[in-house]
Amino acid sequence: MAKIIDDETMENVCILAKLSLSEEEKEKAKADMQKMLDYVEKLDELDTENVEPLSHIFGDTNVFREDVVTNGDDKEAMLANAPKAKEWQYQVPKTIG
Amino acid sequence: MKQYETIIGLEVHVELATKTKIFCGCSTEFGGAPNTHTCPVCTGMPGSLPVLNKKVVEFALKAGIAANCQINQYCKFDRKNYFYPDNPQNYQISQLYLPICHDGWVEIETSAGKKKVRIHEMHMEEDAGKLIHDEWEDCSLVDYNRSGVPLIEIVSEPDMRSSEEVIAYLEKLRCMMQYLGVSDCKLQEGSMRADVNLSVREAGTEKFGTRTEMKNLNSFKAIARAIEGERERQIELLEMGRPVIQETRRWDDNKESSHAMRSKEDAKDYRYFPDPDLPPIHISDAWIQELREAQPELREEKQQRYQEEYGLPAYDAGILTESRSLSVLFEKTAELCGNAKKAANWFMVEVLRLMKEKSMDPEEVSFAPKHLADLILMVEKKEVSAQNAKKVFEIVFDEDVDPVSYIEEHGLKIVEDTGLLNEILNKIMEENPGPLAELLGGKEKVFGFFVGKMMKELKGKASPDAVREALNKEIEKRR
Repeated sequence: MAKIIDDETMENVCILAKLSLSEEEKEKAKADMQKMLDYVEKLDELDTENVEPLSHIFGDTNVFREDVVTNGDDKEAMLANAPKAKEWQYQVPKTIG
Repeated sequence: MKQYETIIGLEVHVELATKTKIFCGCSTEFGGAPNTHTCPVCTGMPGSLPVLNKKVVEFALKAGIAANCQINQYCKFDRKNYFYPDNPQNYQISQLYLPICHDGWVEIETSAGKKKVRIHEMHMEEDAGKLIHDEWEDCSLVDYNRSGVPLIEIVSEPDMRSSEEVIAYLEKLRCMMQYLGVSDCKLQEGSMRADVNLSVREAGTEKFGTRTEMKNLNSFKAIARAIEGERERQIELLEMGRPVIQETRRWDDNKESSHAMRSKEDAKDYRYFPDPDLPPIHISDAWIQELREAQPELREEKQQRYQEEYGLPAYDAGILTESRSLSVLFEKTAELCGNAKKAANWFMVEVLRLMKEKSMDPEEVSFAPKHLADLILMVEKKEVSAQNAKKVFEIVFDEDVDPVSYIEEHGLKIVEDTGLLNEILNKIMEENPGPLAELLGGKEKVFGFFVGKMMKELKGKASPDAVREALNKEIEKRR
C-alpha cells in the first residue's frame, strides 16, 4: 500500500513549496498526489535489484570549463531583472539571518 | 558534580582560491562593489546553464589526497532545496549522495600529544550571497558577488574532546590548505568558516548525548569561547535533570552566549535530488596519480627538510613552516644569500619580533627576499655593522627599500679608509687634550673613552676593531 496523502502531509508539502491553497485545491492536490504515489508503487513491482540508479540520461561525463574569467561587471543588466533594487543591491523583504 | 566528557565534530567550509566561480566565468575576487561579479548563472536566472570549473575538482582532490581520503571516482552534484534570499536559485548545488572525498584523517598535536581526527567526507558546493539589513527601509539588501564561489565542506567525525583539539584541528586544516594553495583560509574574510557540533556525556559512558550545532563562528577565539559556553550550558541542563534539545544555535560573541535558531522539529527538509544540469564526474586513476605526483611539499616534510638540509633545530623548523608564505620568504632569502642558518636567524629574531610588535599575520609580511639577502651579505662582508643592519632591516620590513642604496645614501657603510679614520681621530684628540694626556701617560681607562667617541662620530660605520687598531697606531706614533 502506498503512503496515504493525509492532511498533515499536504500541509507540510505546502510549507516546503511555499504554496497557500484553498481547502478545495488541497483536496484536489491530495487526490493527484495520491495517484502519483500509487503509480510509483506500481513501478516498485519491478525487480531492480541489479539495476544502477540513473541520474542523468545522456551518459556524458566531465563537462568542464577552464578557470578563466569571462564575465565582467554587468550589474545594470542583472538588476534590470530585480523587482526592487537599492544601491545596486536586490531589495527583498526583511529576513533575519 | 559528575565528570563530563565533551564530544565535538566539525563542519568546516573552505572557500577555494579559484579565479572564477564554480559554475560560471564570474570573478571570485573578495570585496568588489555589490553585484559587479554576477551573471545569469550565479543569480539563478531561468534557462541559464551551469558548467563546472575544472579547477574546483582539482582543488577538492588535492585537499582530499592531503587528508588521506578515499576518492569517489564517480561523483555528482545534488540540489539542496530551500527558500532564502541569499540563494537565488532556491536550491544550493552541493553533493549529498556521492561526495568527492570520504574517510580520511589528519593528525593534530596538542599538549596531550598527537592524535588522529577522522574526516567523514569532503564535498564540493557553491557559496550563497550576502544579506545586509537595511535599517532605513526595514528591508534586506542582497549582494550576489559571493553566490557561486566554490567551497569544499570538510566534515569530521566526532573525534575532538576539547577546544584545544578543535583549534589544533582547524590550524592543521588551514595550514594544509594554504600549503596546497587551494584556499587562503582567512577567517575574517569568511574564506574559512566552522560549524561546531557538540554534545556531552558522563565520563566513562559509551553513548553520545544529544548534540547541538553552533553557527556564526568567525575567529579561533570565538570558537574556543563558544565551545566552553555550550559545554557549560549542556552540563547545567543535565545536572538539573533537563534534556538537551537537538537544535541549531547561533553564537553571539559579544554577549558570549548562544540562542536557538531552529529546532529539530522544524529542521528543514531539503529534498535533495541529482542536479540534471550537471553531468556526473568521472575521476580517472591517471588524474589522481597526476595530482599525487604534483602534490607540493607539506609542512611536515618541509620541517624535516629544514632540519636535514639546512641543519636547523626542530624548534626553528617548526616556527619557520607554520605559515607557507613565511616559509617561502625564508627559503628564497636563504637561497639568495647562500646561508640558510644566517637567514633562519634573521627570521627567528628580527622578522618574528617585528611581526609581533606590529601584530601582523605571516601572510602580511611582504618585503622582497632579495633585500634581506643583500643585507645579510653586507653584514657578512663587514660593509655594515650588525647594529645598523638591524635598523635598516626595520625599514626594509616596513617599506621594502633596497638596503644597498639605502645604506649608501644614509652613509651607513663601514669606512675602510684609514685616512678618514685618522682624520676623525686627530680631531677628537685635539678636542680632548686632557684625556689625551692621560692616554699617552698610559691610563688604560681613557682608551675606552676614545673608542666610544670614535664610534659615536662614525655612527657605526667602522668596526670597533678598526677603531682600536687606528687608535693604537696613533698612540704609538705620538709616544
